[in-house]
Amino acid sequence: MAKQVNVFLDNRPGRLKSVAEVLAQNNINVRTMTLNDRGEYGLMKLIVDKPEKAYLALSEKHFACALKDILAILVEDKPGSFFKIATVFFKHNINILDAYGYVVESGKEAVLCIEVKDIPKIKEIVEKEGFKILEEDQLHEL
Amino acid sequence: MEIAYWNKEIETIDRDSLKHLQLKYLKETIGYALRTSLYKKRLQKAGITSPDDIKSLDDLKRIPFTTKDDLRESYPRGLLAVDIGDVIRIHTSSGTTGTPTVIYHTQQDLNNWTELLARCIIATGATRNDVFQNMMSYGLFTGGLGLHYGAEAVGMMVIPAGGGNTRRQIKLMKDFRTSVIHITPSYALHIASKLEEFGVSLNELALRKAYLGAEPYSENTRRKIEDLLRIDVYNSYGLSEMNGPGVSFECVYKCGMHTWEDNYILEVIDPKSGENLDDGEEGELVFTTLRRQATPLLRYRSRDLAYILPGDCECKRTHRRLSRITGRTDDMLIINGVNVFPSQIEEVIMQFPEVGHNYQIYIDKQENLDKLIVKVEIYSKLFTGDLAELEALKRRIKDELRASIVINPTVELHEPGSLPVFEGKAQRVVDKRPAL
Repeated sequence: MAKQVNVFLDNRPGRLKSVAEVLAQNNINVRTMTLNDRGEYGLMKLIVDKPEKAYLALSEKHFACALKDILAILVEDKPGSFFKIATVFFKHNINILDAYGYVVESGKEAVLCIEVKDIPKIKEIVEKEGFKILEEDQLHEL
Repeated sequence: MEIAYWNKEIETIDRDSLKHLQLKYLKETIGYALRTSLYKKRLQKAGITSPDDIKSLDDLKRIPFTTKDDLRESYPRGLLAVDIGDVIRIHTSSGTTGTPTVIYHTQQDLNNWTELLARCIIATGATRNDVFQNMMSYGLFTGGLGLHYGAEAVGMMVIPAGGGNTRRQIKLMKDFRTSVIHITPSYALHIASKLEEFGVSLNELALRKAYLGAEPYSENTRRKIEDLLRIDVYNSYGLSEMNGPGVSFECVYKCGMHTWEDNYILEVIDPKSGENLDDGEEGELVFTTLRRQATPLLRYRSRDLAYILPGDCECKRTHRRLSRITGRTDDMLIINGVNVFPSQIEEVIMQFPEVGHNYQIYIDKQENLDKLIVKVEIYSKLFTGDLAELEALKRRIKDELRASIVINPTVELHEPGSLPVFEGKAQRVVDKRPAL
């Protein structure tokens, strides 16, 4: 299963830099990230090439962080592609907790990362509908 | 100036007769105290086994002080001096660690309390023709019910509005021509600032007096509220252990609060040595109830600091006047009129394994009201990375705090190790409210 690194951060200048510094020092490549702002704090979600190493390195520096399983769905990078997968979610009444995506190769491939409650069940549904779910190693070979 | 009295004989009694009366009532009080488990032991140790062992007011000094801890340890019935069947009401307040304290009242206790408040109200020049809007919380908190009964005894039309809901307060004031309000200083400032927003001008109100209590405030704040609302403001002091409001109150001269010495013996002591201080010297206020049957308290240490104003008052009342409360001997915080100890907050926070052991209590003013922010650090090992869980944790801490301290705090989650580390509880408190 693909992994995402969640980091709890105080909402004040300098905190992003501190995370970025740890990642850089450990030679970890960031594929994409999002940041949820909750007022006094924020929750950072990272897709990196070595999630376990990132998690250990951040923990060692006393960051509150966690490794989370997510579904990384391979989609086409073209108009209508998002509509196609969103229709699948709707058809099976799948509730998405959080979602973000990034382009792997322009005009060809993109990855849609979703957080859902029952990962194995939803993985099966999405695969049955003809989508490819990327495992951790596959995600970083792209 | 024409001075009105509720009970002129007692209010202007000469000092010698007052002391005579105090001695008589002190003996009665000792009689009640000897029926409680706490005092029975204590008084016996001091060689007092009957009211007749009290020969003069000086004998009071033979009695050890009573503290808030004594009240907590005596909860719920250790200080009850009458048959429970004769009790008609209780008031409780939370202690420093969440153990409550309780004060029982008989019908006569409540009648006495009500009389004190009637005296206070009349002393400010208010009359039965005034409309009284009580903006203090009702319920276990003594501020609401105390003044309520006093105002009814005077014959005022009472609006038991309770605290909060500013829009409704202003509408009530306007619709019913409220002339006297009972309110905390911070809420008075808040209401003054909201009048314009709700489209109400001072000319549409009939307001003329405000009784301010439950929070310390300065002479400057009094003047500010008087100017903003074009009213007279009278200072009120009380503490739940001594019934609540009505212990000390200002008269029309607004120069210190007359303390009803036929109901309370007031001592001012050096908080360190326990020695009595002279009038004019600042120290800790110590009270002895003189007219309370159900819960007599002897030499109760209030932890409030103030001094007695020497000299006579132009109103001819002989009951000595108390200065404003200048501080506390402990770390109690007063937030929007509610007493809060940092230890109560700590106790709640420590119930949550998801948060670390470091925390900070931050208090500031927001639109004239006190805002309490409790900052906690999340505990890395129990961090799941789930946003919904974090928000739920915040909500749970907030709900628990609200249940424990009766104030609605803002809870903030912070990174482990991000809050300053302190040794003591008091140092964790950052009070950003402007100085009085």
